[in-house]
This record gives sequence, structure tokens and C-alpha cells, in this order.
Amino acid sequence: MSLLLERVEKSYREPDGTPLPILDIENFQLGDAEQVALVGESGGGKTTLLNVISGISTPDSGRVVIDGVEINALPEVARDRFRAERIGFVFQTFNLLAAFSALENVLLGMSFGGGKADRVRALELLDRVGLSKRASHRPGQLSVGEQQRVAVARALANRPSLLLADEPTASVDIANQENILTLIREACLADNVSLLLVTHSPDIASRFGRVARLDEINRVAQTTAAAGGPA
Amino acid sequence: MNLLSIAYKSIKQRALSSSLTSLSVALGVMLMVTVLVIHGIIDRMFSQQTIGYELIVGRKGSGLQLVLNTVYRLKQPIENLPYLYYLELKNDPRVEDAVPFALGDFTKEGGFPIIGTVSDYFVLDYAPDHKFKIRGSGFRDSFDAIIGSEVARENGWRVDDPNTPENEASTFKLVHGGAESDHEHDEVFTVRGVMQKTGTPNDKTVFIHLNGFYAIAGHDRPPNETLTKLKAFYTEGIPGRPDLDQTDPETLKPKPGEHIHGMEDWQKEVTAVLVNCKRPPDWPADAASPQLGDFEAEFKRGFKAQAVNPIVPMRELMQDIVGNIRKVLVVMTGLIIIVSGVSIFVSIYNSMSDRRREIAVMRALGAQRRTVFSIILAESLLLCVGGGVVGVLMGHGLVFAVAPYVAAQSGLLIDPFAFEPMELSVLPGLIVLASLVGIVPGLTAYRTDVAKALAE
Ligand SMILES: Nc1ncnc2c1ncn2[C@@H]1O[C@H](COP(=O)(O)OP(=O)(O)OP(=O)(O)O)[C@@H](O)[C@H]1O
Ligand SMILES: [Mg+2]
Repeated sequence: MSLLLERVEKSYREPDGTPLPILDIENFQLGDAEQVALVGESGGGKTTLLNVISGISTPDSGRVVIDGVEINALPEVARDRFRAERIGFVFQTFNLLAAFSALENVLLGMSFGGGKADRVRALELLDRVGLSKRASHRPGQLSVGEQQRVAVARALANRPSLLLADEPTASVDIANQENILTLIREACLADNVSLLLVTHSPDIASRFGRVARLDEINRVAQTTAAAGGPA
Repeated sequence: MNLLSIAYKSIKQRALSSSLTSLSVALGVMLMVTVLVIHGIIDRMFSQQTIGYELIVGRKGSGLQLVLNTVYRLKQPIENLPYLYYLELKNDPRVEDAVPFALGDFTKEGGFPIIGTVSDYFVLDYAPDHKFKIRGSGFRDSFDAIIGSEVARENGWRVDDPNTPENEASTFKLVHGGAESDHEHDEVFTVRGVMQKTGTPNDKTVFIHLNGFYAIAGHDRPPNETLTKLKAFYTEGIPGRPDLDQTDPETLKPKPGEHIHGMEDWQKEVTAVLVNCKRPPDWPADAASPQLGDFEAEFKRGFKAQAVNPIVPMRELMQDIVGNIRKVLVVMTGLIIIVSGVSIFVSIYNSMSDRRREIAVMRALGAQRRTVFSIILAESLLLCVGGGVVGVLMGHGLVFAVAPYVAAQSGLLIDPFAFEPMELSVLPGLIVLASLVGIVPGLTAYRTDVAKALAE
């Protein structure tokens, strides 16, 4: 897997209509099976960046290229399919769909990719995250840490080449943070998946060989910092 | 996992509100199915009467009343025809069958209507290609009776059975004017025939021999009044009885205390005459006979009598009253179903704000916009169609449950498994409703701003 961002700009609009620049990234790259921690100020645009990479949002300008595919240029339907097949997602909270069991949540991750829902693999993944005994539990019957582990299993369901994790450990206790982080990193290594993990924790960031600081790659942050920091 | 099972799980997640909204659809559909099935039963009951005779001839007046009296035994006040007129019809060269029909008193037990007629009536079909099946000897004597199956069941009456000589044939008396009246006639009638169930008003009728009928009727008919009426009917002379033309009715006035017994033909009256016209030997059985039109037209020109094709006024009645009632009921139940559709809309629509996050997660997993739209639409479909299927079953269950009761009360023969073809339109109707109901929340899902919803 290779990820390349070139001159990516993204801005939102303030309620009064004036543009609010969030991202202005000259160049950002992620290599095959590389694991990178993304850190930065709250409100700095980390989540926005992940959304742009995954094709949930499109940049206002610039290019997002994954494995040679310029996904920002794809029509939405193709971006959705690309995301389903190639990108895994883990959020901070409420990853799971409440109506579905742990196993079904994993299967759901497979079914949107157009492939067959592979029960055996889904159970295998749950086993890998240590939840084979919880397969038929609903999210409401799982602890937050367990829910996060199901989310990891689901993110890996379609054998993605890139995993985007947005503060996946921020809502769990220290012991679980450790556990989940190791889980994600080992799974990515084992499956040769590149990992971009957003975190606020310096401790967690320090485990990564490469830490990307958003304020260093994002020119918006530099201008706002010069102007006295974000509001 | 396919869309339907995803939709089904989401519905299950909101089990209470889902089952309540589905139930409301089910109840609406149940009512509609019940209306359709019951209406179908009534419809068939009214239309199956129309064969067996082509014309009902009666006194000029409302054709519908004549039919209601003759076919449905609902006693409507109408005038009678002279028996002499029946004889004229019977001897008309164009007429194949002419069966006299005299509607009068009631049985004391059960208040069943009494009809005086002759054996010929039981030779006619009572419904297309359905012949009466009668257990017993039938009419042999003036005071013999043939009873409908319901009469036999309700009153416990039976014919004599050679195998069990100790069980004699039932006997009964008649009351005048209605079961509550205490004017009881002395004459005793004996059950000589029990009909097999026909599913027609015949089941609730007691037929007695016309002679026996006149034996009773004579009590209440002073000859002077009868002659006055007869002269009014035959203004151009009473056929075959010039002597009566010369007679002053006043001279026939009974003396006080005089009891009249026996009647001459001119004193007798019939309510109606059932007529079939002669037809060429190779004429199709289900086509009107070639002379029918002429015959009817002739009656139209005349003053005193009318000939009614029983099909026509019944069709009119069906269309005017029963048809309109059905229309009203179908529209009402349709509205109930639409209201329950709205409740499904409200239920799904309200759930949408709670589900923004879930929809966004699905989209983040790669679900297409049209996929999440379809999931919501499928939910609406499951709720509507699921409710509808339950409603159809409940409707038939209701008909099944009430069939014996209604049958006992009304004499309608109700097939508990009756099915109406119109029910088939309920399902496509529900699919349309579900689509309409699902579109707006579906579009809400379709338009969900994923990045925003994920940030919530
Ligand atoms: N849909 C939107 N419309 C307008 N502004 C938005 C929208 N989404 C995000 N923003 C703004 O963009 C900025 C970046 O948001 P983003 O969620 O990317 O930050 P973040 O780095 O992930 O912050 P955190 O660490 O708190 O999660 C914030 O100031 C936010 O208010
Ligand atoms: Mg964020």
C-alpha cells in the first residue's frame, strides 16, 4: 500500500458563510505496512484528514492517491466501494451497530464490500481479538474495551491495505489501551496493513517509529499558530 | 448480510414500536379482508338466486319488492295476483313452467316464513346447475310440508323414517302475521320432506302444499272483498267466468259469525308466479329464451301485472345499496390502513435522528447511499407487508371464527375458507404504501452527511 497526499486543501464554512480553512497539506506519504501516529491539537483537523483520505470527504483541491488510484477524482459510488474494499476504520466510540451482535457487526463490514460474508473468517477475527466467546453478544452487552476490539476485528474483515484509527484507545482504561493498541499494531503487521492512528497520548505516540505532527505538515495550523492559535 | 436481514434486525431493535405500528396495519388489513370476504359471500348469495326461472310475475309495483318477497322471503307489503291469472299463464303456449308462489303466514316455532307452492317448484334449479335434494316423500297431501335444512335443524323437525318407525314425522301449526301474534291456525301440517342445505333462503323456509295454504287463507278472505278486487284486476271481464262479472259483490258478504271453508279458484290468490318460457330444443341452457324479451314487453304494456327478471333488480340492489356499503367500508378500511402507514412513517422517521450515527458508520464501512436508502425502505416494506400478511390471516381467522355464528343467525351459508380475489390487490397496495412511507426517511438516510454524523 502506498498513500500520497499532494497539496490537499480542505475548508469548511463558518455559520456566517466565510470559509474556515482546516487543511492545507503540501505533501504527506505513508508507505507499505508503515505504522504512523498522527498527533495534533484538538480541532486541528486530524479527523478531517482521515475523512479525506478515506474518501468520506473530498478535498477542495489537491490529490489523494492510494495505490496509484486518485480517489478524490473517483465518483462517490466508486469511492464508497474503494473504502469498503481497501480501508478499515476504527473510531473512538460507538463503532458498532447496536442492533447487531459482535459477529454480525463483523459480517456487516464484509457485506458492504461486495464480497461474500465469510463467517469463518469473521469468527477467526473475533478469536484473534479474544472475543470468540462473545460472538453473539450485542454491543450493549459488551464493555467499551470489548466493543473496541470488535471494531478492530471488523476493520480488518475485508483484508484492507490501510487502517485508519481515530483515537481508538481514548475511551478505555490504561490496561485496555495497551491491549487494544498492541492488538491493532500486531494485526496490521501480520496482515501487512498500513496504519494511520490518531492519538492525543504522547505515551502511545512514542511507541511508533514515526510520528506525524499535523501542525508540522498542515500549513493552516502554522498560520493560525502565527495568528495566536485556533479559537 | 443482505438488506432485508439488516432491515429486520433494525426493526427488532425497536421491537415495541415496530410491532405496534405493524399491528395497526394488520388490524386495518384484517378489517378490509373481513369486509371483502363477507361482502363476497353476500354478493354470491344474491346472485346465485338468479337461475331456475327467468321471470317472476307479480302484481304491478316495485320489482325489487317482488323479488325480495319471492326470492328472499323478506315480507314486503305487495298486492297479490288472482289465481285465475296464474292459470292463464300456465296455459299460455309460450310458457314452459309456471309455478305459483303464495307467501303468507309463519311457523309458530322459529317464525319461519311459509310459502304455498306445488311440487314443480322443487324441480327447478335453485342455483345454476343445482337441483334440490329432498329427503322424504315430498307433497302427497294438502297438509304436507317440505322444510329447509335450517328449519329442520333449528326446530328439530324431521320426516318419518321407515327404518325407525317410532320416530314419527314432525307436525306443526301456523300463526298469522308473525310469530308473536297469537292468531294460531287449527290446521296441522306434517313434514314430508327436508331439503339438503342449499345456502339460499330456501334453507329457512317452510313450503306447504298450495291447497293447504288456501285452506288456511280462506278464513280471512270474505268473498265479497275478493270479488271486488278481482273485478278491479280484470276490468275487461273475468276470463271464463262471465257469471262473476254479473255478480254484485255485496250479495257474497258473509253473514255475521259465518265461517268460510274451502275456496273456489276465483277466490284464490298468489303472490307471484315463477315462469320459464319455452325454448327451442337446441337453445343453450344459459342463454335467455328467445321469447323472453317479447314476453317482458307485453307485461310492460299491461296494467296489472309485471314480469321481473330476478337478475335485474337484484343487480340494482347490489350495486345501489350493498355495492355502496362495500365501497364505503373498503374506503374506510383503506383509510385505516393509510393511517397505520402514517404511523409507520412516524415511527421510522422518529428513529432516523437516533440512527444518524449508525448510518454514518455503515457509510464509513463502505455502504453506498442507495444501500442505506434501501435498508430504510426495506424496513418500511417489512413493517407494512408483514403487518399486511398478519392482517390477512387475522381477517380470515375472524371470518372463520364468526362463520358458524353468522350462519346460525342469518341463514347465510358462509364458507369459512372463502377467499376474495380482491384481497390479492391488498399486497401490491401495501407495497405502494410502504414505498411512499419509506421514501422520506430513506432519503434522510441517503442524504446523511457522514463526516458530520461521525463527529456527533
Ligand atoms: N462539518 C463541519 N462544518 C464546519 N466545521 C467543521 C465541520 N467538521 C469539523 N469542523 C471544524 O473543523 C475543525 C477540525 O475538526 P476535526 O474534527 O478534524 O479536528 P480534530 O483534529 O479531529 O479534533 P479532535 O482532536 O478534537 O478530534 C474543527 O475546528 C471543527 O470545528
Ligand atoms: Mg477528531
